[in-house]
Amino acid sequence: MEALKSLKPKIEVRNLNFYYGKYHALRSINLTMPEKKVTAFIGPSGCGKSTLLRTMNCMYALYPNQRAVGEIMIDEENILDGKRDLNSLRAKIGMVFQKPTPFPMSIYDNIAFGVKLHEKLGRGDMDDRVEWALKKAALWDEVKDKLKQSGNSLSGGQQQRLCIARGIAVKPEVLLLDEPASALDPISTARIEELITELKEDYTIVIVTHNMQQAARVSDFTAYLYLGELIEFGETTSIFTTPKQKATEDYITGRFG
Amino acid sequence: MTKLKTTESREKFQAFLDLAFKLTTRFFAFAVLALLAGIIIELFIGAMPSIKAFGWKFFTSTDWNPVEVKFGSVIQVYGTLVTSLIALLIGIPVSFGIALYLTELSPKWLKRPLGIAIELLAGIPSIIYGMWGLFVFAPHLADHFQPWLIDHLGPIPGIGMLFQGAPMGIGMLTAGIILGIMIIPFIASVMRDVFEIVPPTLKESAYAVGCTTWEVVWNVVLPYTKIGVVGGIMLGLGRALGETMAVTFVIGNAQNFSFSLLDPGSSIASTLANEFNEAFGDVYTSALIELGLIMFVITFIVLALSKLLLFQLGKREGEKT
Repeated sequence: MEALKSLKPKIEVRNLNFYYGKYHALRSINLTMPEKKVTAFIGPSGCGKSTLLRTMNCMYALYPNQRAVGEIMIDEENILDGKRDLNSLRAKIGMVFQKPTPFPMSIYDNIAFGVKLHEKLGRGDMDDRVEWALKKAALWDEVKDKLKQSGNSLSGGQQQRLCIARGIAVKPEVLLLDEPASALDPISTARIEELITELKEDYTIVIVTHNMQQAARVSDFTAYLYLGELIEFGETTSIFTTPKQKATEDYITGRFG
Repeated sequence: MTKLKTTESREKFQAFLDLAFKLTTRFFAFAVLALLAGIIIELFIGAMPSIKAFGWKFFTSTDWNPVEVKFGSVIQVYGTLVTSLIALLIGIPVSFGIALYLTELSPKWLKRPLGIAIELLAGIPSIIYGMWGLFVFAPHLADHFQPWLIDHLGPIPGIGMLFQGAPMGIGMLTAGIILGIMIIPFIASVMRDVFEIVPPTLKESAYAVGCTTWEVVWNVVLPYTKIGVVGGIMLGLGRALGETMAVTFVIGNAQNFSFSLLDPGSSIASTLANEFNEAFGDVYTSALIELGLIMFVITFIVLALSKLLLFQLGKREGEKT
């Protein structure tokens, strides 16, 4: 944990409780995610890892019966106190979902759409931004000749990279990835993982995954959640080699889950 | 061996069942085609005397004169199109608002009662709308709304001619408004249903790049559901074009041509309802049937236009490989 302390914290979760109606889904979570590192959430289905991810951009606020109690500090500002404008908050925090969700527009517009919401760019600047985002997401070479085509015409892996490019294009500081590769074939998965490793140069990345090898490969820090509680959190290497908790070890070694 | 035999006969029987099923469903599907063809042919045969007597002039003449046996369809076609257009102008935005509120904004406990209320609205017989339109709504329009229209919009060159005449209450505008109210439940419930099938993660991804609810709906939900939305509008338009009873009550049933929406007019359906029973002579009856045929053609054109619209919208979304 010494490594963690020496790093600059980007997201700090303090005493977070989350409720779906009356169901208590997250119990007193405390967690610090350092800047420009990849943090992975692992745990069996229903353990609350996606829920935790969705509190970080207040996505739960769309649904009236879901509520979060506690603090989530991003750059030392609490995003749960309801004082921040959610739209500009979400622009600062990109999110990619399990299934690719290209908007029903052309590839170009899929990227430009989010940018237009927050910035007024000229035609040339916008072209540059789209190219930049697609290059960052390692998709440019495959789509540069068909930017006018529908986003839906791409393959699943390409669509997912399009979604990542879309998230990057608005220049966020944090990227939330909710099982971004679980619907993809192994080759596309490998590309996404490569991409994550490149992107952490510039972004703080939080990834939910149920693939432990993936967590071990891409993340710097790992949190193991079980039944809404944070069981163990630490450097990925130590979590996977010398877990402190028996429960974590059981899960990682496949004896459970 | 006997066991093998039974499975063989079972397979044969199943193959037979599959075939029978396929043929039955095919029969039903083709029965629709046959019915459609039958109606078109029948309308053509019925309209023949009128087609022979008036030819293309039927489409350009504003005469509707049973005494002199001179007929043209301009009054009725104008009345039908104009009332339906007014209905859409009112119905589409209101329905969109209703569907939007129900799917995106309304608290959960309000969704069901509101949804049921809208479906109940669709169940009210059209004659009720007609009577309400004639006895309650039209006098109200005549007293308050129409004088204002005549004073303020009447003098404007161009569109002014749509708002001239006397505030009588009944007329094409009233019919259009009533139709608008009548088609709201249809369009709104279809829109609500298609808005509800938009995957939550698609909407969330739009929120995740920082969209407001309006931006999500306008840029993501509507394009995603465009086929259903246009379908719902077509359903409403179909109802508006063909609605007979309510329109007959309030449109005024005048067979004089006037551009003004405040003047009484006729739609195809109202003319048929009013005059078919009392039509005398081959040509008169046949002219009415030809109106019916025109109605058929209008519906067909509207459907074709909606397909074209969808095609254009699809293009804007980027080519599909």
